[in-house]
Amino acid sequence: MVSSPGFRVSSFGFSGMNRGCNMESALPHNSEHETRNLKPETLSHDHAHQFDDAFQQHEAASLGMWMFLVTEIMFFGGALTAYVVYRFYFGRAFIQTGKELNVVLGGINTGVLLCSSLSMALAVNAAQLGRRKVLVGFLAITIVLGCAFLSIKGYEYAHKVHDRHLPTPAFSVGHFHYAGFAYDAPDPNPPRMFFTFYFVLTGIHALHMIVGVCLMLSLLRPAWRGKFTRGLSGANFIEMAGLYWHFVDIVWIFLFPILYLSHH
Amino acid sequence: MTERPGHIVPLTTYLGVFASLMVLLIATIFAARVDLGWLNAVIMIAIAGVKALLVVLFFMHVKYGSRTTWVFAGAGLLWLMILMGLTLTDYFSRPWPM
Repeated sequence: MVSSPGFRVSSFGFSGMNRGCNMESALPHNSEHETRNLKPETLSHDHAHQFDDAFQQHEAASLGMWMFLVTEIMFFGGALTAYVVYRFYFGRAFIQTGKELNVVLGGINTGVLLCSSLSMALAVNAAQLGRRKVLVGFLAITIVLGCAFLSIKGYEYAHKVHDRHLPTPAFSVGHFHYAGFAYDAPDPNPPRMFFTFYFVLTGIHALHMIVGVCLMLSLLRPAWRGKFTRGLSGANFIEMAGLYWHFVDIVWIFLFPILYLSHH
Repeated sequence: MTERPGHIVPLTTYLGVFASLMVLLIATIFAARVDLGWLNAVIMIAIAGVKALLVVLFFMHVKYGSRTTWVFAGAGLLWLMILMGLTLTDYFSRPWPM
């Protein structure tokens, strides 16, 4: 088959991995230089054919995923830097507006995400050990926790839309009920700026969460069928999906204190 | 047979890291309730940094990975520091009314 560039073919492995234990494919069928790579301990059904062994395949998948995560780090980093600049410029307004966010809900959300990271790590562990049903179980738990996070976020957003905190022309500072007082400066634009940052940062994070949940959902069926608990490279895709999930968790680990807890 | 390509982290390690993360979460919430001025931000970022480090090293297996993986992850952090550092030196050296 034609091997296209990028890590997807290598780590996803559906087309790359040999199905079943067909020893015929272990014999070199192309040029004779491949005989040098044929060590008895690296069986060809443990890795996709374009790699020398399972280690190289795992490394390639891991580096590819990390490269993507580095781009994501830069993306969120830029947005957070912008927030830091405005946090210092509009200091008092951001502090007062920040008290409007619900720390309890935010804290619960952070706990939910930490639990989902644990369940994801345990899912990867299960895949590595070849435990098919345990893997599916932990993937399901991760999905449920991810949806719980999104529900709580949705609940928070609903309240903010109701209180007209969306940074639209209809923005109003009249309803600051968690903070317990009315914002006292005449200019509504600094609080509006705070909420712009709040919705952009948490909104894009929520988008990443939705992508993560959809990714995990798409892995359930192949996991049940045993695709990720087979051979030495089966667990790769779960591990890479796990890297993505942990990264989204890390972003929230920073977003929570920065948005919800920095009102001093 | 051959070794597994991905190192299998023991369950106790995962649970220990998870417990530490929860403790740090509670710590950061309570630290925010006390007013320490500029120290609040420092403590907050420090705790968040430690949590992120725990997730990266143990949950994302960087501690058990190859040096190349370590370099890739570290590169992300390095360029993030450059991004934030240089941008903020620009903005914070402007004569703005704070």
